[in-house]
Amino acid sequence: MVKILKHQRLNETNFRIVFDSSLVAKKIKPGQFMVLRIREEGERIPMSLADMDPEKGTVTVIYQVIGQSTTLLSTKKVGEEICDLVGPMGVASHYPEKGNFMVIGGGIGIAPIHPTAREAKKRGLYVIGIIGARTKDLLFYEEQMQKVTDELYVTTDDGSYGKKGFVTDALKELHQRGKKIDHILAIGPVPMMKFVCSTTRPMGIPTWVSLNPIMIDATGMCGVCRVSVGGKTKFACVDGPDFDGHQVDFDLLTKRLSMYESYEKQSLEKFKKECTKEAALKKA
Amino acid sequence: MKIPRQPMPERDPQERKRNFKEVPHGYTPELAQKEAERCLQCPKPPCIKGCPVEIDIPRFIELIYEGKFSEAAKKIKETNSLPAICGRVCPQEEQCEEVCVLSKKFQPVAIGHLERFCADWEREHEEIEVPEILPSTEKRVAVVGSGPGGLTVAGDLIKLGHQVTIFEALHKPGGVLVYGIPEFRLPKAIVQSEVDYLQAMGVEVKCSFVIGRLMTIDELFQDGYHAVYVGTGAGAPSFLNIPGENLNGILSANEFLTRSNLMKAYSFPEADTPIFTGKRVAVLGGGNTAMDSVRTGLRLGAEHAYIVYRRSQAEMPARATEIHHAEEEGIEFIMLTNPVRFIGDEGGWVKGMECLRMELGEPDESGRRRPVPIEGSNFIMDVDTVIIAVGNSSNPLVQQTTPGLDTNRWGNITVTSETMQTSRKAIYAGGDIVTGGATVIQAAGAGKIAARAIDAYLKTL
Ligand SMILES: Cc1cc2nc3c(=O)[nH]c(=O)nc-3n(C[C@H](O)[C@H](O)[C@H](O)COP(=O)(O)OP(=O)(O)OC[C@H]3O[C@@H](n4cnc5c(N)ncnc54)[C@H](O)[C@@H]3O)c2cc1C
Ligand SMILES: Cc1cc2nc3c(=O)[nH]c(=O)nc-3n(C[C@H](O)[C@H](O)[C@H](O)COP(=O)(O)OP(=O)(O)OC[C@H]3O[C@@H](n4cnc5c(N)ncnc54)[C@H](O)[C@@H]3O)c2cc1C
Ligand code: SF4
Ligand code: SF4
Ligand code: FES
Repeated sequence: MVKILKHQRLNETNFRIVFDSSLVAKKIKPGQFMVLRIREEGERIPMSLADMDPEKGTVTVIYQVIGQSTTLLSTKKVGEEICDLVGPMGVASHYPEKGNFMVIGGGIGIAPIHPTAREAKKRGLYVIGIIGARTKDLLFYEEQMQKVTDELYVTTDDGSYGKKGFVTDALKELHQRGKKIDHILAIGPVPMMKFVCSTTRPMGIPTWVSLNPIMIDATGMCGVCRVSVGGKTKFACVDGPDFDGHQVDFDLLTKRLSMYESYEKQSLEKFKKECTKEAALKKA
Repeated sequence: MKIPRQPMPERDPQERKRNFKEVPHGYTPELAQKEAERCLQCPKPPCIKGCPVEIDIPRFIELIYEGKFSEAAKKIKETNSLPAICGRVCPQEEQCEEVCVLSKKFQPVAIGHLERFCADWEREHEEIEVPEILPSTEKRVAVVGSGPGGLTVAGDLIKLGHQVTIFEALHKPGGVLVYGIPEFRLPKAIVQSEVDYLQAMGVEVKCSFVIGRLMTIDELFQDGYHAVYVGTGAGAPSFLNIPGENLNGILSANEFLTRSNLMKAYSFPEADTPIFTGKRVAVLGGGNTAMDSVRTGLRLGAEHAYIVYRRSQAEMPARATEIHHAEEEGIEFIMLTNPVRFIGDEGGWVKGMECLRMELGEPDESGRRRPVPIEGSNFIMDVDTVIIAVGNSSNPLVQQTTPGLDTNRWGNITVTSETMQTSRKAIYAGGDIVTGGATVIQAAGAGKIAARAIDAYLKTL
């Protein structure tokens, strides 16, 4: 059992949650992830590291409420426990030896790029950040990102805050202005990562992305997380989650992510029904 | 031979093929005693040599005959700590029963059924008694992986007074017994009761703990462990590497079985993890894993559940009983057939599988006749789910993070067979991580040898 120490709503769909897990906190590195199981009959859901505190023995995750498991997690209160948290999983982020390192975070992807940017700065790299969201209300961690970058650019799709447009628009503009960018890490929804990669390919900038296929064990045992990189099949949970984005077959990833869609809807509906029932009972 | 081999009472195939209840019911005491009477009590019993852990088979059978079921169970446990499991899943027909003297002229004594009977009888009729534990030696042993090998090592060493901690990557202990072998063949409650028994003896079980990530083996030593047993199994699924393999609807047997068994997806939406099974399910392979997958597919509602295998039925490595059970349930066997590519629809889902017919040629290294494709025999099978059960290789995590740990060219850890010691001092290994995919009793047998060697080593400290 793993205790929840803090749980805070960042905006309509995103939550920040802090777990008590001193061993994981000591070991985990930016770019790695954990697998949570919330209740006994629950799924195993992968979540990236958003922050860790080895001294206090805590790890932080920022998650978006999507389906049954994340909805359930959002109902958990401080002091309550989840069944398990296992990690660190996957390989840590890659950093260039020197030069200008750009981190791009779209939506929920802002969470995992934050610790990587901090580590890059610690390593003496010049860190340029771009963070973006659909709209102002969905943006988070701007202040934290300010602290761990040398330059930070903010975009919103609807122009409600920062620069109007996509993260790729900010990237293109910087490139056009002649800004030297040696290495990029881009994390966000699949279409965003795909778009960043098609933008940087002609620029010749090495671009890494963090892939989020469906996972179960995350120990290399089941193969559900298969992705195609440079025409070769890789297991994202052990070979990744970070890969050379110019080699990734994003269309395959999108298709594979849809495999359980109808079941996930069914699961969420059942869960919502149960919640309504429970609430009714409580009232009575 | 007056008494024929007593058949195992089983669920009706039509009833069982749509649920996950255990197929055989087990012997009644009467049946068990009748079967026990068949044993000739050979003075030089060959059956003992046929069992990898050398259970004193005639003696325990004699005890059953005398009605001393509890004592019979204890006799077995002297050499095999997992009788309820082995009695169910051991390939007896290739081990103890194959060499039983009766098997030449009659049917062999049903040693496996009798072993299962004793273990079940004890579990159902008696309080689990914690055996005598030797005074503490203050020596600590870490067991990595909670499959049958790891469980055996833990049980043997805790009795000798050592402190034992099992580290398991998944959230439930048991290894393949829990995530791989389905409920209808090995009820999970039985595995759990074995684990409960170990815990009652004082074994500490740490789940959700990945060695090589959260702690390396060298860090375990730094943390005060004196010896380590690595029983991490052969968990990495092999694929065929043919076009279309990443289409939706194509999955490894490990994924399919893990969803169903470990995550309980067969009860979705009661359990939160979903499982996909279409109407026409093809399972590629001929081993136990393939049989378990195809029968799971059937139970999840497939209208056609096929085994597609490149050799003939005679070469299938699965246990004879399982093939027989599968046939009874209506599994369709498509032999001498090998897929060459998968065909998808626009949404990225598999809808067909192009196959080649094979014929059997000369025997290969394994002694089985090699399948040779018949040119131009291509045909397309209409399928919507494909489960790949063509074997597993070893998970490299422990090997990669433990300097000086020697492996062979398949990535399996190499050991000295008398002690199961690896190339590193105080690190022992056994089970599938050493042999590649093998059997439960072989892993347990390796665990026995390793436990003895670890105990001897700890005494030198
Ligand atoms: C390595 C890795 C790191 C991740 N880090 C984070 C994170 O830091 N914060 C966060 O909010 N989410 C993260 N995810 C995604 C997260 O695991 C899923 O959102 C979650 O499993 C959804 O569970 P659910 O039951 O709520 O939704 P479900 O009902 O299971 O899913 C609803 C829909 O979400 C999509 N989906 C399902 N599983 C995944 C998945 N594993 N990844 C992406 N989409 C999925 C599918 O299209 C599905 O139809 C990460 C995923 C991976 C693989
Ligand atoms: C579907 C299926 C059906 C089978 N049917 C039969 C049968 O009928 N009869 C028979 O005799 N045999 C059968 N087998 C084979 C048998 O199950 C195996 O030979 C046996 O389980 C091997 O035992 P093991 O001790 O090596 O460990 P395993 O059972 O393989 O377990 C290894 C454990 O180690 C854990 N682990 C791995 N890496 C780490 C790590 N880094 N840190 C912590 N933990 C880790 C894994 O999660 C796993 O739980 C079957 C196998 C399969 C897959
Ligand atoms: S453990 Fe297996 S091989 Fe040994 S006697 Fe029992 S069934 Fe036979
Ligand atoms: S070989 Fe057969 S008959 Fe002889 S002791 Fe063993 S089980 Fe009994
Ligand atoms: S999640 Fe199972 S192998 Fe990657």
